[in-house]
Amino acid sequence: MDFQLAIFLEAFPLLLRGAWVTLYLSLISTSIGMILGLLVGVARVSRLRGIRATATVYTEVIRGTPLLMQLIVLYYGLPSVGINLEAVAAGIIGLSANSAAYVGEIFRAGIQSVGRGQREAALASGLRRLQTMRYIILPQAFRLVLPPLTNEFVTMLKDSSLVSTLAIAELLRTGREIVAWKVNVFSPFAGVTLLYLAMTLPLTQLARHLERRIDPDRRLVAHL
Amino acid sequence: MQKRIACGLGLMLLVGLALAGWVEAGGVERVKKAGVLKVGSDVTYPPFEVMQAGKPAGFDVDMAQEIAKALGVKLEYTNTAWDGIFAALKVGKFDMLLSGISITEERKKSYDLVFSDPYFLSGQGVGVRVGDTRIKSAADLRGKVVGVQINTTGQAAAEKVGGIKEIKKYEQLPEAYADLKAKRVDAVVADYPVLVANAKEDKKFAPVKGVQLGEPEKLGIPVRKEDADLMTVVNQVIADLKKSGRYDRMRKKWFGE
Repeated sequence: MDFQLAIFLEAFPLLLRGAWVTLYLSLISTSIGMILGLLVGVARVSRLRGIRATATVYTEVIRGTPLLMQLIVLYYGLPSVGINLEAVAAGIIGLSANSAAYVGEIFRAGIQSVGRGQREAALASGLRRLQTMRYIILPQAFRLVLPPLTNEFVTMLKDSSLVSTLAIAELLRTGREIVAWKVNVFSPFAGVTLLYLAMTLPLTQLARHLERRIDPDRRLVAHL
Repeated sequence: MQKRIACGLGLMLLVGLALAGWVEAGGVERVKKAGVLKVGSDVTYPPFEVMQAGKPAGFDVDMAQEIAKALGVKLEYTNTAWDGIFAALKVGKFDMLLSGISITEERKKSYDLVFSDPYFLSGQGVGVRVGDTRIKSAADLRGKVVGVQINTTGQAAAEKVGGIKEIKKYEQLPEAYADLKAKRVDAVVADYPVLVANAKEDKKFAPVKGVQLGEPEKLGIPVRKEDADLMTVVNQVIADLKKSGRYDRMRKKWFGE
């Protein structure tokens, strides 16, 4: 092993800056992903075939192709049709679009796991379909999807490392730059590992806590 | 109605193409108008370019500054990944690249580039573990496992040797050195000055003295073919730097020779 404390200590403040970039990229992308994902999720259970099909195709295309490839197409491919995105913009669009597909599936599962009777009762009591979704189904679904959404954010923190291929100076890329500078692989990456864990561990704990609060028997969450 | 929409779209497309064409005509004018020179570089290649405490520094960075100064514009030195760097230039992310790039016919052809006059003479060297005396010439690489950075002239030079057991391609050289020290590769082929600089940071490997693979390589600054007028400025800068002696000082500063 080639761990050198001096390099580790010199790298750490620089890595902190990279971790901050990772964090804000993930926060922005998850926020956009949540909003779009909610729409995708609702569209996936829509009565209207056109809407349902569109959402399904979107979900399958995003989930069926590697995020790395999507990022490369966004950054290197789009300029050939006249759209020249900055690296950070391409990164956020790629991560958000990806997140929307996965969050959409979480919401779909959440909506579908709210008991049928709830919907029937709401409709019978005179609420319209959209009102039923807005006031009866979604509030219950939200509670159920909170733990998987938290996990989705953890996934985002890790997946955002892929934008390092667009040379955005997030945590992984910052680590690689220090590797090149100090010609030492292990010491900077020890810091990178620690910082990823510092971000993800509290969140996985939070997800676990939420899971327990919602359903002590874990019956409902199991099929999300 | 539909016809009119189609006509409208067609017109927009034409205007768009015309605008695109107009924007691309003449690199010098475009750069001066923008007020910035956009240079792309994989800043992981000391002493040509490296992020020192979070800031790009190196021979190429100084070079880029001189070019921006000659054009009278600000320098925007952007870090980009080596894998995809030529594609990024081609699609217009940058005006030029300064990234320790060897001039090759293949690169000119594949990416429609023109290169500046050579601004540095380099060559492919061989790095081995300190104390490992098995490799004394290029021919000794036969039957060995060799590490290179992907899509570099180092890779091309290793492929030309023939008889090498396996060529392992890495995103970055330090990863190749790590494998060298872990004895998963026997030698690393890379630009000799870079090997020298890297070996100063890590005393566990060293370049083999006097061994060069293939011909000396000329490093140049590529621009897109339609920006060929930028080359006049760049070549003038290179000539002036050499004449004034500033070039030698830059060399001494970064390569210590």
